[in-house]
Amino acid sequence: MAAPGAPLRTLRALLRELRRAAGRSYRDSPAYRHVLAAFRAHRVTSEKLCRAQQELHFQAATYLCLLRSVREHEALHREYHGRGERSPQEIAGLVGFRLPQQPGGKG
Amino acid sequence: MWRGCRRLWWARSQPARLPRTPPADAGSGPVGSCGRRAYAPPTERKRFYQNVSISQGEGGFEINLDHRKLKTPQAKLFTVPSEALAIAVATEWDSQKDTIKFYTMHLTTLCNTALDNPTQRNKTQLIRAAVKFLETDTVCYRVEEPPALAELQKNEWDPVITWAEKRYNVTIGSSTSILGPNIPASTKETFVSHLASYNMWALQGIEFVITQLKSLILSMSLIDRHITVEKAVLLSRLEEEYQIRRWGNVEWAHDYDLCELRARTAAGTLFVHLCSESSSVKHKLLQD
Repeated sequence: MAAPGAPLRTLRALLRELRRAAGRSYRDSPAYRHVLAAFRAHRVTSEKLCRAQQELHFQAATYLCLLRSVREHEALHREYHGRGERSPQEIAGLVGFRLPQQPGGKG
Repeated sequence: MWRGCRRLWWARSQPARLPRTPPADAGSGPVGSCGRRAYAPPTERKRFYQNVSISQGEGGFEINLDHRKLKTPQAKLFTVPSEALAIAVATEWDSQKDTIKFYTMHLTTLCNTALDNPTQRNKTQLIRAAVKFLETDTVCYRVEEPPALAELQKNEWDPVITWAEKRYNVTIGSSTSILGPNIPASTKETFVSHLASYNMWALQGIEFVITQLKSLILSMSLIDRHITVEKAVLLSRLEEEYQIRRWGNVEWAHDYDLCELRARTAAGTLFVHLCSESSSVKHKLLQD
């Protein structure tokens, strides 16, 4: 069982992910053009069960999974794990202290 | 120690290096007046290039970051044999905004590993490491209780084992004992000879997928396109999914691990397929 779902849905989702990853000039990006060209090339075939088409669909679904999970992973990392260390001032503030101000610098 | 490492790294002016997962964004978090701490590991680099493009060299396809050629952590020129793989790597580099997050660039990591071979293993050692996983394969280890989990394992994992046994004409079986299943030597031989048919790059990818999924059988069914990446990850994490359904989902741990595993497995599978395929276009004449 190759990737379930119609190839068209996979293609649309993949192009959407690429657009999200690329930014402004997504239509000129090599990935966008390559994906479209590959799907067009495999569309025309006289065979009912085209193995190359299934392989391409599986590859497209895998790439879609990669892009989607990388984006979600980055979002989760940013939200939960990306805050970094607290500064000494913040740490002191957690327990209600304030760091001393030494106008002449440390002795 | 880290400052020394950083100086060495800057001196070589590597655009790419072995990505290590940084524990925290020390550069972008609240830092205060003290600035970056001396012992904080080197964090993400800022994006220093505008355009990413691909060019074809002698050994294969190369990536250009603003006229500079991309190099591996060991300063070799970054060349890939397949154009689709080069395009995917270029997309990875292009999708970095502001800072370069190396821990999200899985295809680049895999290509660097294949080019540098930092563990210096040859083909036989790689295959041996891969087949060794069969003795401790996840889908062969069953529990006896709770019965719901045992039932779930039987329903989900048995079809995969049956498929593998039929496809490769071997005996695998499953076991509930702590020693694991008894894998006959002929099974291991079959897998060794099957894996030997892949080239070195594809083998690095296969070994990576096996290490991520903790199962040789699931990886082979993924490489043979029998199941999708999402399904393979689900089967690999079956017990975790069962516990999540029972006790609830913790987004910052479960979803985080799930996305990371999916990303790595998808990258590994894509890498293997792109390294071991060769495509040719045959135009048929239109018939009137």
